[in-house]
Amino acid sequence: MTSLIGLATLLLHVALMLALAPLLVGFIRTIKARVLGRVGPPVVQPWRDLLRLARKQPVVAENASWLFHAAPAAGFAATLAAAALVPGFALGMTTAPLADLLVIAGLLALARCLLALAGLDIGTAFGGIGASREMTFAAFAEPAMMLVIFTLGLLMGTTNLDAIALVLREVTVGLRVSLGLALVAIVAVAIAENSRLPVDNPASHLELTMVHEAMVLEYSGRHLALIEATAALKLLLWMTLIATIFAPFGTATPESGPLVWLFALPLWAVKVGALAVVLALFESAIAKMRVFRVPEFLGIAVLLGLLAAVFLFVSQGIA
Amino acid sequence: MPRAGRFRQRRADCISWWCETVPALCAVPGAIALSPVILTGFALVVAALLGLGAASAVVHHHIPAGATRRRAAAAAALASRRIAALGSLGVCGLGFLLVLTYLLAGAGTATITLPLGLPGLGVPGLGVAGGNLLDGTRYDGGITLALDGLSGFFLLLLMAAGAAASAAALDGPGDTDATAPFLPVFLAAMALTLLAGDAFALVLGFELMSLASFALILTHHDDATVRAAALLYIGMAALGAACLIPALALLADGAGWDLRFAAIRALPPEGWRATLVFVLALVGAGSKAGLAPLHVWLPPAHAAAPAHVSALMSGAMTKVALYLLVRVLFDLCGPAQPVWWGVPLLVLGAGGAVLGGLRANLENDIKALLACSTVENIGLIVIGLGVALAARGADLSTLAALALGGALLHALAHGLFKSLLFIAAGAVQHGAGTRLLVRLGGLIHRMPVTTVCVLVGAASLAGLPPSAGFAGEWTLFQAVLGGPRIGNLGLQILICVVAALMALAAALAAAAAVRLVGVAFLGRPRSPRAAAADEAGPRTRDALTGLAVALAVVGLFPGAVLSLAEPVLRRLVSAGLDDRAGLLEVAAQAGMPGYSAAGIALLGALAAGLVLWLVRTLTTPGHRDAPAWDGGFGAPPPWLPFGDPLTQYGGASFAQPLRRALGGALLQADEIVDMPAPGETRPARITVELSDPAAWWLFRPVAELRARLSAFADAIQFLTIRRTLSLMFTVLVLFLAVVALMEQL
Repeated sequence: MTSLIGLATLLLHVALMLALAPLLVGFIRTIKARVLGRVGPPVVQPWRDLLRLARKQPVVAENASWLFHAAPAAGFAATLAAAALVPGFALGMTTAPLADLLVIAGLLALARCLLALAGLDIGTAFGGIGASREMTFAAFAEPAMMLVIFTLGLLMGTTNLDAIALVLREVTVGLRVSLGLALVAIVAVAIAENSRLPVDNPASHLELTMVHEAMVLEYSGRHLALIEATAALKLLLWMTLIATIFAPFGTATPESGPLVWLFALPLWAVKVGALAVVLALFESAIAKMRVFRVPEFLGIAVLLGLLAAVFLFVSQGIA
Repeated sequence: MPRAGRFRQRRADCISWWCETVPALCAVPGAIALSPVILTGFALVVAALLGLGAASAVVHHHIPAGATRRRAAAAAALASRRIAALGSLGVCGLGFLLVLTYLLAGAGTATITLPLGLPGLGVPGLGVAGGNLLDGTRYDGGITLALDGLSGFFLLLLMAAGAAASAAALDGPGDTDATAPFLPVFLAAMALTLLAGDAFALVLGFELMSLASFALILTHHDDATVRAAALLYIGMAALGAACLIPALALLADGAGWDLRFAAIRALPPEGWRATLVFVLALVGAGSKAGLAPLHVWLPPAHAAAPAHVSALMSGAMTKVALYLLVRVLFDLCGPAQPVWWGVPLLVLGAGGAVLGGLRANLENDIKALLACSTVENIGLIVIGLGVALAARGADLSTLAALALGGALLHALAHGLFKSLLFIAAGAVQHGAGTRLLVRLGGLIHRMPVTTVCVLVGAASLAGLPPSAGFAGEWTLFQAVLGGPRIGNLGLQILICVVAALMALAAALAAAAAVRLVGVAFLGRPRSPRAAAADEAGPRTRDALTGLAVALAVVGLFPGAVLSLAEPVLRRLVSAGLDDRAGLLEVAAQAGMPGYSAAGIALLGALAAGLVLWLVRTLTTPGHRDAPAWDGGFGAPPPWLPFGDPLTQYGGASFAQPLRRALGGALLQADEIVDMPAPGETRPARITVELSDPAAWWLFRPVAELRARLSAFADAIQFLTIRRTLSLMFTVLVLFLAVVALMEQL
């Protein structure tokens, strides 16, 4: 029975992730527009854009290789696999035993490397500049992410996300300095990974200021639709990840049965929505930083992650 | 905890399946009797490889009468290469099957003594302490060969890499003929090192390995950079020998000059002796493995050697050095060693990992790039060994097993993918005429098979799931995550920093992998030669494909590989991974969910299927070809068929952000911008100068000291008669004065 519920949870989770990701992007855009005093596009606009792009035949550069054609779908698949591992409204999905945090980070890195390779495939200046910067940012984001995983692993004794979320949900860990520092660090990593302000401007259409968008400049049609969908899915994935770890209350478990989903589903939406509002307000208030400031920004995240782990040693003396 | 219970159930199912199936397949009734047979087989393998080397050398110099001399010499050289490469391929293939059988059958230990070896030790009275340790036989100085799980595990890698490299050597261009006889000798020497059962055989194998590889590096000795690289290499090899031989002598001294490992093991060193052995072994094996700061020889030597030799040196020889490190530190030094032994390994490993990862992003020659990445991976493996040593010292044997298992798994994965990438680099050099990133590009169109294999290898290099490299790095990360349990706040903080540096190194390796594939294999060609590159030869393609398949197997079933290492772990750290590593899953702790590569691959395949189905149903099929958009940049003129080369990102520009962010601090990177004044027609230039901190802090002072000493010696050598006489007179007086003083005392 629990395995059936796990499978049902997984299918519903994946379907919701796929359906809601573009809406999340639309929601953030609307909030940002409102803050700036504009009306803004409707929330479903990203979905319309995706479908419009999907209907268009891509125009592909003549010297593109098979990798350029395959990368968007492969990157989307890797991100989708990672999304299937991050529990949203309910724990105990069928994929729970696989949901190691290092594996999730690895799958996201796989998607990133694929797109960076595709960015280099045509041999244009913008593809190269985007790929180079994306990989540089990742080099500084990974240590911070690793330290967050390290802190969580020390606290919970495992790096399995599902197990961590279960412990956090059932045991009152209380307000811990380490978790607070880890939260700041993971937020900085999430901002960099999702190419949001102040690291990168997702709304920019000036090539020189783009990082992620420069990398995928050669893409059009259904390829671009897949890439946009990947970016939206990744944003939802990170928000869900942060919500699962740092606001674990109210998630359903396999034992609690599908009725609890009625509460858990809206609660998940509220958590992600609150994070989206915070992100929109933050992005409206801040300017993009220079490319060479980003390592410093992420360096601070690394330091906070280190502090989080050190606080843990000092406070409880793991032995 | 019902959930944990479920995991435990699943794990138990998995383990019981594995336990029932595999021993049933391979638990031959005579498992214990199998080991001596396999060991004898391997003694024959070594002998056959040495024989092949001799035969190849004889053929090389045996020029039949009749034909014109030049053509006959060329034919003889080709025949000599064929004999060496084909023979090595066959022998390594046989050896691979042999060692796989051995490991599957449970890796029992076996020892044989050859009737030849070091003279003088058979004198009664010298081998007192360990005189009759092994089944009552006296130590007579004969070479002892021994086979156990540790040798077997490394032999597996050596045989796989050796077979692939030999196959690639079959295809290679004719310019490697001159040193072809050394290839089987090199392989034999590595096998002998792994099979050594006493200190003499170990040193014999290790030094023969150094000399054979030195000869192989010198294949293109007409090039001055090759000679310089070989000189640096042999210098480092001499340093390694100068540390290794005293280390083994100290060990043997403790065991009453019985050189056999069994005797040393019975009387392991203690106190200052153990510390000295530790330091000497670390320097001796570390200099060969490419452990920072003794890694300086790797990039030039690997770039100088022919590709299949670099593949062996990077894939297998550095692992043989690691084997030596494990053998001495974990086995011969006994189990009772202090926790702090892990600390130097952690520090040097983490430093080397980051330094190698960064340098891999800055090199222009793809073989030097791969060599720097070897430094990075050796650093990661040594971190694992450090955690294992510290955990063993603190009696945390399960953690030590995880760390040592991770180190072994990553050593195997790295040996395979680095062999693959070096052989591919050779194919690129052969096909495109260069190894420099600034002259490559677009090879995916001309070398499709090589590119696919390189992608498999690069995925491991970058540590992306579900590759073999990710499996190794995952296990190592988990070991480091468990590290703080060893205790001691200082060590905990160190391990925390090491974890961050490992992640940095892994991310730098990912950037280096993207740069390697993206610049060399994708994009537009940067030279006409690259535009007309040829696909690798058939044997090279076979070698690449074979290694790619092996990598896929290791990547998908890391638990199976770890179960091959089970006897080693049981013996060296007195705990195994059989409760944590099943066929389908590797876990950090028993009963907890871990990493299941096959599960992740299945999940990825399902996700890919879903995506393809969505694409099929929702989107318009087909695509339209057009010139690249490139931000609206104008079409290139007709005399630039591959577009303007300067508008394409290259190796140097790709690395520029990393160089600016990290290079200044770590490599003293200095950008010199030469900007012409307005109106001048010469181009602006940007030059980057890098220097490795090891070269700066360690090698430059040593070189200066040597120069000063030799200048001094020179000065003494060329004194005038008068001065020589007065010098001798002064020395004599001083000597007499000292003697007089000592008489007084």
